[in-house]
Amino acid sequence: MTTWMLRRLIQAVFVMLAMTVIVFIGVNVIGDPVEILISPEADQAERARAVIALGLDKPLWEQYWRFLLGAVQGDLGRSFVFNEPALKLIAQRMPATLELALTAVLMSVVIGIPLGLYAGLKPDSIGGRLVMGASILGFSLPSFWIGLMLIMVFAVQLGWLPSTGRGQTAELFGVQWSFLTRDGLAHMAMPAFNLALGNIALVLRLTRAGVRENLPMDYVKFARAKGLSPNRVVFVHVLKNILIPIVTVVGLEIGGLIAFAVVTESVFAWPGMGKLIIDSINVLDRPVIVAYLMMIVVLFIVINLLVDLLYTVLDPRVRLETRE
Amino acid sequence: MSELTLDVQGLSTHFFTRAGVVRAVDDISFSVPRGRVLGLVGESGSGKSVTGFSVIGLVDPPGRITAGKILFQGRDLTKLDERDLRDLRGNRIAMIFQDPMMTLNPVLRIDTQMIETVLAHDSVSRSSARERARDALGMVGIPSPEERLNAYPHQFSGGMRQRVAIAIALLHRPDLIIADEPTTALDVTIQAQILAEVQKLAREVGTALIWITHDLSVIAGLADDIAVMYAGRIVETGRVEEVLDRPLHPYTHGLIGSVPSRNARGQRLRQIPGMTPSLLNLPPGCAFRSRCPRADAACEQDPPDSHPLEGRTLRCFHPQLEMVA
Amino acid sequence: MSAAASPEPQDAVVAVKQETPFARFVSEYCESPVAVVSFIAVVLIVGVALLAPWISPQNPYDLAQLDIMDGRLAPGATSMDGMVFWLGTDDQGRDMLSGIMYGLRISLGVGVGSAAIACVIGTALGLIAAFAGGKVDTSLMRLVDLQLSFPAILVALMILAILGKGVMNVMLALVIVEWARFARTARSAALVEARREYMEAAQCLALPKWRLVFRHMLPNCMPPIIVIGTILVARAITLEATLSFLGLGVPITEPSLGLLIANGYQYMLSGKYWISFYPGIALLVTIMAINLVGDQLRDVLNPRLKR
Repeated sequence: MTTWMLRRLIQAVFVMLAMTVIVFIGVNVIGDPVEILISPEADQAERARAVIALGLDKPLWEQYWRFLLGAVQGDLGRSFVFNEPALKLIAQRMPATLELALTAVLMSVVIGIPLGLYAGLKPDSIGGRLVMGASILGFSLPSFWIGLMLIMVFAVQLGWLPSTGRGQTAELFGVQWSFLTRDGLAHMAMPAFNLALGNIALVLRLTRAGVRENLPMDYVKFARAKGLSPNRVVFVHVLKNILIPIVTVVGLEIGGLIAFAVVTESVFAWPGMGKLIIDSINVLDRPVIVAYLMMIVVLFIVINLLVDLLYTVLDPRVRLETRE
Repeated sequence: MSELTLDVQGLSTHFFTRAGVVRAVDDISFSVPRGRVLGLVGESGSGKSVTGFSVIGLVDPPGRITAGKILFQGRDLTKLDERDLRDLRGNRIAMIFQDPMMTLNPVLRIDTQMIETVLAHDSVSRSSARERARDALGMVGIPSPEERLNAYPHQFSGGMRQRVAIAIALLHRPDLIIADEPTTALDVTIQAQILAEVQKLAREVGTALIWITHDLSVIAGLADDIAVMYAGRIVETGRVEEVLDRPLHPYTHGLIGSVPSRNARGQRLRQIPGMTPSLLNLPPGCAFRSRCPRADAACEQDPPDSHPLEGRTLRCFHPQLEMVA
Repeated sequence: MSAAASPEPQDAVVAVKQETPFARFVSEYCESPVAVVSFIAVVLIVGVALLAPWISPQNPYDLAQLDIMDGRLAPGATSMDGMVFWLGTDDQGRDMLSGIMYGLRISLGVGVGSAAIACVIGTALGLIAAFAGGKVDTSLMRLVDLQLSFPAILVALMILAILGKGVMNVMLALVIVEWARFARTARSAALVEARREYMEAAQCLALPKWRLVFRHMLPNCMPPIIVIGTILVARAITLEATLSFLGLGVPITEPSLGLLIANGYQYMLSGKYWISFYPGIALLVTIMAINLVGDQLRDVLNPRLKR
């Protein structure tokens, strides 16, 4: 177990390093580092001084080394717009994005699994077919347009839900959260659902496929032959078996949700880090862009690691193999 | 005579597929007295397993019991609703499946799978249910049962898993156990052990047993009575030694002839010519007639049940009444 | 199994000789009415996009034809000089119908163009990986895996953040996002084809390797590539629309459907839905139609599903 963890950690460090190289090359070789790292308002003399100060006259590998050292110490430059450390800005906005993404995960499980079970247990019913048809829409429709339609229907026409912002927040662990207040939850409903749509479709299809695959198995018939209730057979025996792939996929999709929150946050003016990155790209606040990219990569790697761990906890067969 | 635990009369189970009606079980009758073992023999696809599933009420659509009575201790199971059937399943009637690798749920611990069975029928505490589970494991010869309760199925060998499945079947000391080829997937030595244990348990507990198999040698050592199935019908029944010594139906005859034996070393194995017919839209008449050396025009009619010898039932117009050498 | 599988290619060849492969393909494709309707829709959409300058009611980018007084008119309204705006107008008095027609041009152009380039690059690299094997294969596929483990939107965002906006940059981003899927598909198809008898026969003729790969193997690898290509065109269009909606895609002078939707966004809260709604419907129909055509192509072209 420990060697396995160690191997995964080393792997993760290598992916991280590769990403720093890519971002570094992107910023310093393809883009013009002077333009990126120095405020556009600076004059000629200031620029010359900054070039020396930033070590841009040094050879490339040395520049990379300094970039890496800074990154390890959490120094990824200062935002031109906010004049604050870029990493701090990202960290401030992260809770909003995380709560949105995690609510979306929750929604995809809470909505996707029951619908998938229904479609799997009654594949030929009208409802089952309808659910499957709708899931195709969930996959292929452009998410931002659905977001607009949600706003149009629920905010503009019906006036049930607020369309923009986080609403009222409350503090927990020194961070402001929307999910702790009624108003905040109302604000979160539409963006979270919008973000979750693709994943609901995904979870639904996985669940349905799992049910179709597991129902004819002998262990299901044996469980029924033991006189168990249909509920116990479906919700304990079958569900526990199909939960393993679902958890894996849902876990791996969290990273995707955080990335895709960029779109949802723009549609619903949700003040998370996705909105921040779009604004930063539009005003060329490059240190923030770099910090965001590095942050996302770290998030991705951490999530993948956690999902692998969770997988071994859930599946007894994998657990045994890793112990041996 | 002891009373009948199970009395099946004219049972038909048909599968209504898109391609047509499959008469998997077609008008069969047999009975199992208390504490006796019935061996249900036939080739694969002859309807043995469907018979088992019909009795325990687990025939899934498109299959359906279309006719007949299944009298279990005098109650007709075909008349019971799902709720009452479920009370019997795993409780008074238990079933053991063919492949021990597939019957236990791979992601649930053994204790979970055993305790839920106890709790499904008896309102006892979890701890006493666990005790019963442990005792059942000990009874089927699993060493250190207390520890093994916490294991997952994949940590057991095939033989051990089948013992677990048998232990689960025994949890409620059922009146009837349906064993669907439970030893076919196991090594011969383990098979012998399990057979011996099941026989012992059936005798001690007084359980009636239906042992479904295609292996005549298993039946010879285990069963009291035998029913031979062919293409969804029971073609011959009787006491096991009588039927094996003096098969009357040409099919039974062929089946016994095709078992390799030490006495016939070096000779060609006899085999039944032809193939099992498709059960889909089977024409009326004796289903074996295309492969039967004795078949004639009469066989295009359904042969009725006859009782040519004491305690024997037969479905054939041309039974092999002369003694076999 | 293997005995049953080997005569299949010959059977297929015989069948192809008797009835032209195209006719067979068409008849199998037409088995699904939805797919036929989708195909007609795709043809119509492409037709509209190609012919937009000739069939659209007005040239939405000729400022002389626009009148700011016609701004934000509802669908069906009439302009100062008697023209009917069937789908309303945007804030500049631009006819939405014309705007959508021109927007389709850009959306389709960017989507199809980038998918085509990605297809050529990805397929070539995939074939090279399959044929070279060893280190080349491993490192290429590692790269593909790494890239596919990050969501497309993130990769595109990264590229546009570094390179800036513009049609060419969007196309470049889409190519970089999509080549990996083509490479993976082409490689797996090639690995299957490499084991077929005709490849052994071609090898016995001592043909040059490039000829072997591109003349003999490539045509047989095409079906899965075409299928994935169709679906990736739809994805490229969606992604382009998303990027443009975020303001990172095409410039305002060449508005695609995504940008049209973004432009109407601010008016939606005041109930002027049509500026966003109709371009959205156009986008939706386009994406759905292409996806459905792709689905049917997969069913028809995938020999494993047929048997």
